[in-house]
Amino acid sequence: MKELLKSNLVIMVIFAVIVLTAPAWLTPIGAGYPDILQKFAIFGLFAIGFNILFGLTGYLSFGHAAFLGVGSYTAVWSFKLLTMNVLPAIIFSTLMAGVFALVIGFISLRRSGIYFSILTLAFAQMSYSLAYSVLTPITNGETGLQLTLADPRVVDGMMGIPVTDSLPTTNLFGLAMSGYSGFYFCAVLLIVGFYVSLKIFRSPYGMKLRAIKSNQTRMKYTGFNTRPYLLSAFVISGMFAGLAGALMAATDPLAGAERMQWTASGEVVLMTILGGMGTLIGPLLGVGIIKYFENIFSALNESALHEVFSFLPGWLEEVMVWISHHFVGEGWHLTLGTLFMLVVIFLPGGVMEGITRLSAYLKSKFKGSDEITSEKVSEDAS
Amino acid sequence: MSNILEIKNVSKTFGGLHALGDINLEVEEGTIHAIIGPNGAGKSTLLNCCIGRLEPDTGSVTFNGHNMIGMEPHDINHAGMVRVFQTPEIFSDLTLLENVMLPALSKRDGTFHFNPFVDMRREKEIKAEARHVLEDIGLGNLVDSHAGSISRGDKRRLELAMGLIQHPKLLLLDEPTAGMARHDTNKTIELLQKIKEQGMTKVIIEHDMHVVFSLADTISVLAQGRIIATGTPEDIKNDPKVKEAYLGEEQD
Repeated sequence: MKELLKSNLVIMVIFAVIVLTAPAWLTPIGAGYPDILQKFAIFGLFAIGFNILFGLTGYLSFGHAAFLGVGSYTAVWSFKLLTMNVLPAIIFSTLMAGVFALVIGFISLRRSGIYFSILTLAFAQMSYSLAYSVLTPITNGETGLQLTLADPRVVDGMMGIPVTDSLPTTNLFGLAMSGYSGFYFCAVLLIVGFYVSLKIFRSPYGMKLRAIKSNQTRMKYTGFNTRPYLLSAFVISGMFAGLAGALMAATDPLAGAERMQWTASGEVVLMTILGGMGTLIGPLLGVGIIKYFENIFSALNESALHEVFSFLPGWLEEVMVWISHHFVGEGWHLTLGTLFMLVVIFLPGGVMEGITRLSAYLKSKFKGSDEITSEKVSEDAS
Repeated sequence: MSNILEIKNVSKTFGGLHALGDINLEVEEGTIHAIIGPNGAGKSTLLNCCIGRLEPDTGSVTFNGHNMIGMEPHDINHAGMVRVFQTPEIFSDLTLLENVMLPALSKRDGTFHFNPFVDMRREKEIKAEARHVLEDIGLGNLVDSHAGSISRGDKRRLELAMGLIQHPKLLLLDEPTAGMARHDTNKTIELLQKIKEQGMTKVIIEHDMHVVFSLADTISVLAQGRIIATGTPEDIKNDPKVKEAYLGEEQD
């Protein structure tokens, strides 16, 4: 039974069912609409990829938003120049992000630890500044890269797709990329991305990455050249970020420089740590928590809080609303910050550590009571 | 028999300190060569110069006919010279089995092998080999424990297992029994004697004279960064210079 639960097929089936039924089971908690579901799936991909680098090798990149931005710009250019079909866009974006990751990784990985983090941060900020100013012809600077009616869209033209006087929308062979069909497209890619991550975690390659995190010096004296291992992990995670960036552009065809800002890089770090770095599911839980708080708590206001606490006596209701209204709406970052602090202090392994501890506790409790009953039985027998 | 390792005129200075001065050493293939000497004599520095952790100021290290100076540590490993560390350098977050599988994978797949889509569970041969080596060394009941959680003596044995599984041409052992209880020391000597018969050449740095005299074919004595004598255990026991530098106090 235990072996069966650990097989790739079973894990993938369970994962696919959970992801594809998300609209149903997220509706009761108010997150069952396409916009937030797409965000879950897109940031899920971003975090899964980030975790392959950070979770397995321990190399903390503070610049992964750069690849997100590269992915978005490439996708929008594909929409402008070639076709509104998202398939070429996501392929080009992933490859382009891979090329950028190869260059940035090659240089940044000459250092480790905090110096590596600073180098990646510097590269991302450099990319952000370039996109904002010097590279305006490519990125359209402050305004952001947008679709226009004058775009050539060569492939669409050849395919005989009529030019209308409104902006065309992104699609997958005619299937619209907004609403639920957009979510399901992202969800399928999330499932594929999760499968790739699962395979890497369970391969000798993945084990070597974990060994690098554990003791890189020893890896060298064991006969491994650690540099290509790190670089390949860096490129894979960069490609995941590029894919996530492309999907952002696919669901909303717009790319701005702020997508490359360090806060975006920081967000994926928070997500991974909050959920549990180095675990398969942890980063996804982190994404879920942070994106849920961002969308739900920021939308709450005082009148909603009054409703929540309406069962309390009048004066207590006022007090509770006064305390909690600081944590919702504009103040949702306060909730997130508090949560993050609590998790890092009490559960350094993230939410996943909490789950592991809880299940171990429950197991010991059940086993314990089993022993007691068996003792009782033997006592009774004697 | 030919020499598998030749160290010629190697010297190393740290700041003003002459750690090694003009070392010449030849290790014959198929033997156990012990290097002894008081603390600070330069024993570990000499090993570090062999495996690429340090680069000597002068001289050459020739292993199996190839110059090792300036080579990357991972290439030296694949040339067949493998070091077992004095303070355990293990992968604490991995299981014992994984710790031993890694050097085996390195031996099989080379310095870089990109196989993210191969399932670990299909590496049955490597797993069985690692399990076998761990059982031989007396850690068979701990294969799935995390390496960080086992005792210090067990960590030393794990280190040794990680070196042995690669079947190196030359194994450099840095005080393999330091910090071990007498009982564990004897077990380790037994083990090393057993694998001596497989023809693996070994260089052992050791403080424990009991270990040295029960294993070594040749002994070199290092004192103040210089080799003051090389010979059979009998020669060394009777060498007046050695008595003065190292054994003297113990014999009185």
